[in-house]
Amino acid sequence: MASAVGCKKSAPDSGGEGAHLDAPEVVIGHYASMTGSTAHFGQDTDRGVRMAIDEANAQGGVLGKKLKLVTLDTRGDSAEAANAVSRLIDVEKVSAVLGEVASSLSLAGGRVAQRRKIPMISPTSTNPKVTEIGDYIFRVCFIDPFQGKVMATFARANLKLDKVAVLKDVKNDYSIGLAAAFQKAFTELGGSIVAEQSYSQGDTDFSAQVTAIRGSGAQALFVPGYYSEVGSIARTADRLGLKIPLLGGDGWDSPDLFKIGGSAINGSYFSDHFAPDVSTDKAKAFVANFSAKYGQPPTGLGALGYEAGLVLIDAIRRAGKNDPTAIRDAIARTKDFDGVTGKITIDAQRNAEKSAVVLKVVDGKAKFETSIAP
Amino acid sequence: MTQFFQQIINGLSLGSIYALIALGYTMVYGILKLINFAHGEVFMVGAYTGLYAAGALGVAGFEAHGQSFPLYLGLIVLIVAMAAAALLGVTIELLAYRPVRSAPRLTPLITAIGVSLFLQNAGMLLFSPNPQRYPAILSEVRFELFGVIVTNIKLTIFGVALALMLGLQLFVRKTWTGRAMRALSFNIDAAKLMGIDTNHVIRSTFAIGSALAAAGGILFGLDQITINPLMGVLTGLKAFVAAVLGGIGSIPGAVIGGLLIGLAEQLTAGYLSPEYRDAITFVILILILLLKPEGLLGVVRVEKV
Repeated sequence: MASAVGCKKSAPDSGGEGAHLDAPEVVIGHYASMTGSTAHFGQDTDRGVRMAIDEANAQGGVLGKKLKLVTLDTRGDSAEAANAVSRLIDVEKVSAVLGEVASSLSLAGGRVAQRRKIPMISPTSTNPKVTEIGDYIFRVCFIDPFQGKVMATFARANLKLDKVAVLKDVKNDYSIGLAAAFQKAFTELGGSIVAEQSYSQGDTDFSAQVTAIRGSGAQALFVPGYYSEVGSIARTADRLGLKIPLLGGDGWDSPDLFKIGGSAINGSYFSDHFAPDVSTDKAKAFVANFSAKYGQPPTGLGALGYEAGLVLIDAIRRAGKNDPTAIRDAIARTKDFDGVTGKITIDAQRNAEKSAVVLKVVDGKAKFETSIAP
Repeated sequence: MTQFFQQIINGLSLGSIYALIALGYTMVYGILKLINFAHGEVFMVGAYTGLYAAGALGVAGFEAHGQSFPLYLGLIVLIVAMAAAALLGVTIELLAYRPVRSAPRLTPLITAIGVSLFLQNAGMLLFSPNPQRYPAILSEVRFELFGVIVTNIKLTIFGVALALMLGLQLFVRKTWTGRAMRALSFNIDAAKLMGIDTNHVIRSTFAIGSALAAAGGILFGLDQITINPLMGVLTGLKAFVAAVLGGIGSIPGAVIGGLLIGLAEQLTAGYLSPEYRDAITFVILILILLLKPEGLLGVVRVEKV
């Protein structure tokens, strides 16, 4: 402890602190919403991350040391996310941080990681602002301007829709960004947005918004939100006789969507990172191993959590030493990494360029519909 | 126009739930001059008891086979939840309020906030903090009148709220316990001197108010699709505002206040912006305290010194 404090004094800004180099194990932090209204995001991601770490340890670890994963709960709250990252860095002395799923939370946690110069990889935060925080923040997924375009293209070209309504969560950076991207792309493709409504995360009553949308003549409703609210919105729409498909993004990806939405969510479409039912051999092996380990198949978030873990472990190996700055440099050089959701190359903006899939909800399950490349 | 009437229907059903909760606030305040902040949590526990009772009676099996849950089982769920909430209300009164009943008014208020926070966190621990879908205790039947969609759930909510309010009014006017409640609300010391068992009356007040909140909790779950352990916080506050708006201490006032708050909220969300839906309730609270602090149906009681 005393030596760590001494190190901090001699190199106040390195953040990395020599302590990492002689630590007996490589500690990796994960901050995730293990409880709360997005609990399923955190839990499934953590399973993926843990699987990547366990597999690496089974093969002897990295740099001759074992990997240790410390997961802290954010409860889906941005203040908690910032606290969790501080604690991971100060108390747990992590070399790198993984997380969060929700963009609002990655923004809060990412600012801490950047200030302390500890590399962070977000598995699934798609809002562009996340990696704009600074040069220590990465992601292994696509970003919302692309995801919005995917759904807009799909709605125009495949579903042949002209009029769409939008219902977004105004408390959520992800939802606002994705709604804007979709609206821009959809109008550029010649469609029109006939109604714009909003809600706030944690709301349970959506009847006012659905009633307003019902009068707008929309052929589909784009809801770029998270699964708990989307499920309720689908049932409210069904109850109030709004018989149009719902469209959405990767925030829908959770078995709870089907539990809450029931039959009302059938016939809806959402864009995602990964389709468990159609995939490469590598992805099939991952789905089989994951199901065997946890007794249920992964969602796209579990796959991306695993992917973020693999990219980080690969970067630590290539860095050759347990030093946050060296690990950061190695993550930045990731090129054509063969992951379960496709080849990953980290671009100059520290984002991953990948194609997206569109899934259709059939009988309470997400089925592959089509794939759209960048 | 259809849209307007739809918003009115939505607002009335939401308002009925506020009304059921507001009755509990108003009864307790009328007698003890105590704002029972834990009442929102009693509402939450009532909703969860209903959820687990329905689970124990095999609601999932009926849903899986596309059958509707039999009405008599639905009534059992309602009774179990109301009984559990009544027991909880009485226990809270016994452990948290009775020991500080003669203390200055601020003390029981702070105790109430403590009980409320305790129950919220206990709820997250026991029921898991994740939102849960409410089981179909009442299977939904939908009908359309001139383009306005009405469901049997919304009608039931409205009907149950009105029936319970009328029943309560009769109870307070006609029964011995009801008369004792009114006596206590006039002057608790004089009532005691007249040989009224005040502890018994206060216990009954908590039991009845809590049971009504549990009924509200089940209706809320049916109407709002999901419930979570923090559901009582905002809903409870709004119901409290409803009680103040109607005139705290007045039973019809609580119902009118609840319906008005529900309508105001729904119309604001539908025509202004959903972002102001929570704000409007508290704007109403500020206005009523400034303009008519005794509430719509409240009476000004002159305090003799």
